[in-house]
Formats: sequence, C-alpha cells, structure tokens
Amino acid sequence: MSPPNAFLETVLLRHVKIELALHRLRDGEGRALLLLHGLAEHTPADVPASASAWPGPVWGLDLTGHGASSLTHGGGYTAEILMADVDHALHHLGEATVLGRGLGAYIALLAAGGRPELVRGAVLTDGPGLAGGGPSPLSPTQLVPAPGSTSPDPWALAELSRDVRPPDYATSYARLALQLSGLDEPLTVAAIVRPPWLEAVAAEPGVARRPASEALARYAAL
Amino acid sequence: MTTTDTTTPDDETVDYPGARRPDRRRDVVSGGLRLAVSEWGHIDAPPVLFAHGGFDFAGTFDVFAPLIAAGGWRVVSWDQRGHGDSQHAELYSWEADMRDALAVLDSITTDPVPVLGHSKGGSLMLQLGEACPHRVSRLVNLDGLPSARSWPDVPEHHRTRLLAGELREWLDHRRAAGDKLRRPGTIDELARRRQKMNQRLDIAWLRYLVPVGARHDPDGWRWKIDPAMRMGGFGPWRPEWSMWRLPALGMPVLCVLGLEPDSMGWGTFPEDVRPHLPDGARFVPLDRTGHFVHIERPQVVADLVLEFLA
Repeated sequence: MSPPNAFLETVLLRHVKIELALHRLRDGEGRALLLLHGLAEHTPADVPASASAWPGPVWGLDLTGHGASSLTHGGGYTAEILMADVDHALHHLGEATVLGRGLGAYIALLAAGGRPELVRGAVLTDGPGLAGGGPSPLSPTQLVPAPGSTSPDPWALAELSRDVRPPDYATSYARLALQLSGLDEPLTVAAIVRPPWLEAVAAEPGVARRPASEALARYAAL
Repeated sequence: MTTTDTTTPDDETVDYPGARRPDRRRDVVSGGLRLAVSEWGHIDAPPVLFAHGGFDFAGTFDVFAPLIAAGGWRVVSWDQRGHGDSQHAELYSWEADMRDALAVLDSITTDPVPVLGHSKGGSLMLQLGEACPHRVSRLVNLDGLPSARSWPDVPEHHRTRLLAGELREWLDHRRAAGDKLRRPGTIDELARRRQKMNQRLDIAWLRYLVPVGARHDPDGWRWKIDPAMRMGGFGPWRPEWSMWRLPALGMPVLCVLGLEPDSMGWGTFPEDVRPHLPDGARFVPLDRTGHFVHIERPQVVADLVLEFLA
C-alpha cells in the first residue's frame, strides 16, 4: 500500500535526521485539524467521515517510518520521538485540534500534554497500535530481525507494537493537558476499545467521552 | 551484516598509566548502521563482550580491558550507536542498542560467551542475558542495577510540573538539535567539562579520554557523541524494570556495586540488590568506590572478573 498522491500540498519538515511529510488534505477557514494515522498506516487521501464537518483546513502527518516520511537505519522508535514529530507539525501549523487513530491516538495524548498551548483539543479513536506493548515490560524481549526495508519501516512495526504504556504514565500527560491547556475538556476519548492506558485516561476528571464527530464539533466552536 | 577492517590513527594522544588503545579495530554493520568495534588481547583467546555506559565509549575500557586481556581473554567492545566512532543514527532506543549488541556478538561467534557491562551497558547485558540466554555463558554487571530508589520521591502535583518543564525543554531540544554542534574546546576544557559528570575520576584520566572520544576540528576538540543525544529524559521506563530481569538469569552472575554516591550512578543500595540476586550469584559491594568501579579500582575489579571468568 503506497501513500496516496492526491494531497493539495505536502510540506517536508526536518526533525533532526528525519524528514517528515505533512500533507494538506482540504482547505478551510480557521484552526487546522491534524490527523495522526495508526501503526503501519499513513495519512489518508480523504478526510475521515467523523471530520467531514470540520470548518478549518485538514492536514495529516506521516509519522517517522511511515508514508512519505523517512525510514531509519536499524530503528530506535519510541512514542516520545513521534510526539516530537507532532511538535514539528504543530510549529508549522500553529494551534491545531488533533484527531488520532490507534498509535496516533496515544501520540495525540502525549502531544496534548507536551504542548498544551498548541493542541486545542485531542480526540483519541480506535485504530492499529492502540494498545502498544501493554502496561509493563514483556518478558523476554524479542530481538526480531527486520523483514525488509520498505515503508512502513519494519522496525517501527516491531518497536511501536511493543512499547510499554503504563496507565499512570499516560495519565500524567492527561493531567498536563488538563492543568495547562486552559480548556475545560482538552481530551476526548472516542475509542470503543480501551486498553489499560486509555481506560485510565478516560477515567481522569475532565476527560470527555463522546463520539469523534461530536467532539470535533465542540472543538471547532472553541 | 558485514564486517570490515579499519584503522583510524589519532592525530594527537595523551598518555595515562596503564592505558592502552585497542589492539584491533573494525566495523560491524547493524541494521544498516556502522558500529566501531575495539578489541584487546590475542585474537585466538576466548572472547568476552564488554558494553560501556551511556555517554561513554569503548575507549573508556583502555585501562580495564588490557588487564582482562592480560588474563588470557579477547575483549571485544563497541561504541554504541551515536557514541564514539560509531555512526550517528536517525533514532536511538534501548531495543536498538540491544540489537546492536547482538550484531557485535554475531561478529565474534554464535557460541555462548561471557558478557560484561558497566552502568547502562550493565542493564543492556542483563536484558541480553534474559532475551538470549543461549548466547550468554556468564554475566558481569558493574554498577548497572537501577532500582526504584532512583525514582525521585516528589508529590504528584510537583511531578506534573516537573514533567511539563522537562517535556518543553526536550521538545525544544528536538527542534534545535538538527543544526547543533558540540561546544569546541581545548583538551583541558573538555576534560573539565566531563569531570562534572565524572566527579570522582582523575583529571589526568579525563584528559587521556579527550583525543580518544573527541575529534580535533579547526576550532578545537569536540566530543564525537551525537549532539542530538541528551542526558536525562523521561519516558514510561522505570528503573526497577531492569532489576526485575536479574532473578530470571540462569547463567553465573557477578554484580559489583560502588557504594559511594556518584552523580552518574543509580543510587542503588545493597539491600535493593540482594533480594533480586539469582541462585548462586556473586554480589560484591565496594566501599570507597563510586559509579565507575572499573576506572576507580581497575586492578581490584579485574581480579574479581578474572576469578569469576576462570
């Protein structure tokens, strides 16, 4: 599955030694909506149905090792590095609302905590890579060989499907967003399936639980 | 994976008593990334793998490794990705370091060999011993046992604020690191900068390390380590998760712990280690010794290791 070529514009952003592809899917007035894909996915050609009513421009970021963004030599993926990918996109776009799928939902949470002044609402939805490696380390580690070298980076699949996501680590980012964003409801859990980290985030006072389309309508009105 | 021979002459050196540059140097390619491998001792001697600590490089074994080589061993170590003479990577992670260790091991033999690690390298070797027990015959851990004690005990609301500051600084660093160069200086200036992290180590030793771990640019010496790498940090990892691997090990284990508080150390106490020791493990706490046990007391630690490997 190769990345779609139907974007209005693709901006290349330099993240240290990585080149990130930030795609514009649709124009609009007001704040941007930033789409974050799931594990082994890439930015879709079409705006997802839940975001069809978004009034502003719609962008999507290919995370490191995915879509049109760079691959690596021997991996080294962490969720925190992907949070920094999103930070580069946010500095290009300015304030944005973020809609994340699967792995992208976890990254959206980290970005909302790491840059509470730039993320104006994050919506966490189902998708590939939502659970990661669970709440504590696997035993023993599998040092699997990389089965090829095309996009998505096989190391991204190997590492980001197993990274540990303790519930209290996830809630520390939720609390940053709740305390520092100035928003009443900076985070919305729209996912049907809730691995332990997401269940804990959903239980934090101030985190909203509603469908993605409703959440986006509220964030559009901010 | 391929290996090639390389020789990189240093354009300037500083002497230090007992220090000896590697007898052989070569490259190993791991996942497309070039790693610089150093070896001391006879090439036909039985091999032992050494893993250095974070922000160090294989040359920090220049006193300790010759002592083990003199005991009849072929010591093989490597500069971890982004460190020393190894290539700078797009990304760094614990698992990438683990795979690099395995690539170096593959370049020596597929038979089980003894492994030794200091600090971060000690924790890496703990995990290698658990992940690949068929490749590890004996395991030496030199002050590389993080414990729950090293998790700062601060109230929840303070922790949130601390994390906010750390995150902001780290994200700002990632945005600036693409163009960053390490600060140049004289050999003495680089040695004194390093002394802030290695407070208990002899300045003459740190001066010795500069031409080994730094390059000489027209405007001065610069540590070779990737400027994108940064001390400290945050993430889901908990120090005690490394210690949890210790009881699982089935091969003979020697753990050496420095008892003096040290800025680069983990602050682990003997009572944190003892309950986690696997059956038959040898545990040696060293008083009047900090984190760099093999640099502060090379002969004492070499004697312990040689006796354990015999």
